[in-house]
Amino acid sequence: MKLSREEVLHIAKLARIELREEEIEKFREQLSEILNFVEKLNELDTEGIDPKFSVVPPENVLREDIPGLSLPREKTFMNAPETNGEFFIVPKVVKK
Amino acid sequence: MELLNKNLRELHTLIKRKELKPSELVEAVLKRIEETESKLNAYITVTDEKARRKAKIADEELAKLSEDEVPELFGIPLSIKDNINVENVRMTCASKILENFVSPYDATVIKRLREKGAIFVGKNNLDEFAMGSSTETSYFGPTKNPWDLERVPGGSSGGSAAAVSARSALASLGSDTGGSIRQPAAFCGVVGLKPTYGRVSRYGLTAFASSLDQIGPITKTVEDAAYLLNIISGQDSKDATSAKIPVPNFLEALNGEVKGLKAGLPKEYFVEGVDPEVKENVLKVAELLEKNGVSVEEVSLPNTKYAVETYYIIAPAEASSNLGRYDGVRYTYRAENYKDLIDMYCKTRAEGFGDEVKRRIMIGTYTLSAGYYDAYYLKAQKVRTLIYQGFQNAFGKVDFLITPVTPETAFKIGEKTDDPIKMYLSDIFTIAVNLAGLPGISVPCGFDSKGLPVGVQFIGRAFDEETILKVADFVGKELKLNTVPEL
Repeated sequence: MKLSREEVLHIAKLARIELREEEIEKFREQLSEILNFVEKLNELDTEGIDPKFSVVPPENVLREDIPGLSLPREKTFMNAPETNGEFFIVPKVVKK
Repeated sequence: MELLNKNLRELHTLIKRKELKPSELVEAVLKRIEETESKLNAYITVTDEKARRKAKIADEELAKLSEDEVPELFGIPLSIKDNINVENVRMTCASKILENFVSPYDATVIKRLREKGAIFVGKNNLDEFAMGSSTETSYFGPTKNPWDLERVPGGSSGGSAAAVSARSALASLGSDTGGSIRQPAAFCGVVGLKPTYGRVSRYGLTAFASSLDQIGPITKTVEDAAYLLNIISGQDSKDATSAKIPVPNFLEALNGEVKGLKAGLPKEYFVEGVDPEVKENVLKVAELLEKNGVSVEEVSLPNTKYAVETYYIIAPAEASSNLGRYDGVRYTYRAENYKDLIDMYCKTRAEGFGDEVKRRIMIGTYTLSAGYYDAYYLKAQKVRTLIYQGFQNAFGKVDFLITPVTPETAFKIGEKTDDPIKMYLSDIFTIAVNLAGLPGISVPCGFDSKGLPVGVQFIGRAFDEETILKVADFVGKELKLNTVPEL
């Protein structure tokens, strides 16, 4: 199986990664190779087998609801590319 | 150099008896870093000034402490893989996207080491976001293998392993998602321990594949690995996957009493494609153990051949979700020119991530996307069950498994960078251990004819690090391969 150019662009869009023209063909090749590689799993019959999403037994981890300190504001915003100290600032998303 | 060859317990003894000052030890490590870095590139950030300041304070504090009041790591400098948060120190994950990120808090493991008096000298190089097997995908350039500077140190914890091997670190913490502690340890001739999933808190470790990631020590000796594991293990309210299981004193397991243990040699790990010299060295370890009263039998892990494929569905899927957070809003890097919010995301990620990270995010995005989830992700999780059951069956018969760590010794820089799948296959013997959540340790067991270190891997039952540490310590002491490469 080989991914189409449109499929690669669709995946990149979902992943929010812009691809340069020369990257599209390169990733088309490489991603197709990787998908062909992992398709070996289809040899195995997994009918009736439960998936193992985690090796930790699924159980609720509960704790007492005690108020405590969390990361202070100045620490929270110290790595923000744009902030006013109270909010993360992003490009405008609503039109007037 | 003599000082840098000492293990952590010896250094602790010297310090608590006031025969060695923390500042002397810190200076010795910093000097070694300075001597070796131009050749190795094992560090992304060296926090020399901070370390000197802390050492000076430690010198003064030490004068006021009586011998038995000195904590286990007091004044001992350590290095940390650069995907683990150390407060107020830059953490890049070897990515352009985090080039200027400064950690706002300590990871739980760092907090625990700090409470025992450890001093941090720097952050080690790695593959970008720990995605790779050679440390070549680092935005800050590859780390070199101290045994042969034309070869890779393995990865992703290649900086940690190279530094410990060259003695520019006394010990380091790495992370292991598919072999990232054990494989570089094998390539660099040092000890690497991946604890059981849940043994060590991952709070403050940059998430890559959350159902597989685990922090563990990279050290000169098995004793040092046990020494650090004692300190970093245990439940943490900040990591809901950390296990409420009591932590034994791992040092007590290192008693050499291997007689009566049952070992398994999984036949699928000694197949064609494994370098005969690697095979030979690993089988010699089995013989050595047999001579010392360990019963060795062949076992089968029938689905081993599907482990890499399973991993390369599950890990990228989890990564595609975990790395969604690098969107130009909270984590330092934002593209300069963009039309709107979505365009800002797309350009930030296009400019900030390297090729391997992009590949994995896209593969993960694809296998989780509508219409493909059952065929890829769900299928892989079912195969994971089979791999897990395979180990369960083997551990019904034996106490631990003996395998090679890697099919070959360290490869040349650039040898596999153009072929992702060839690179992926270098983790073929370590990956299944993560899928099953088991503990595994890599110990040097010989050299090939090129003079490169060969590693043996011991795999244990979940939460039974003691058995593999016992065996690894015994083998390490018998073989005495704790040698330093000439640089």
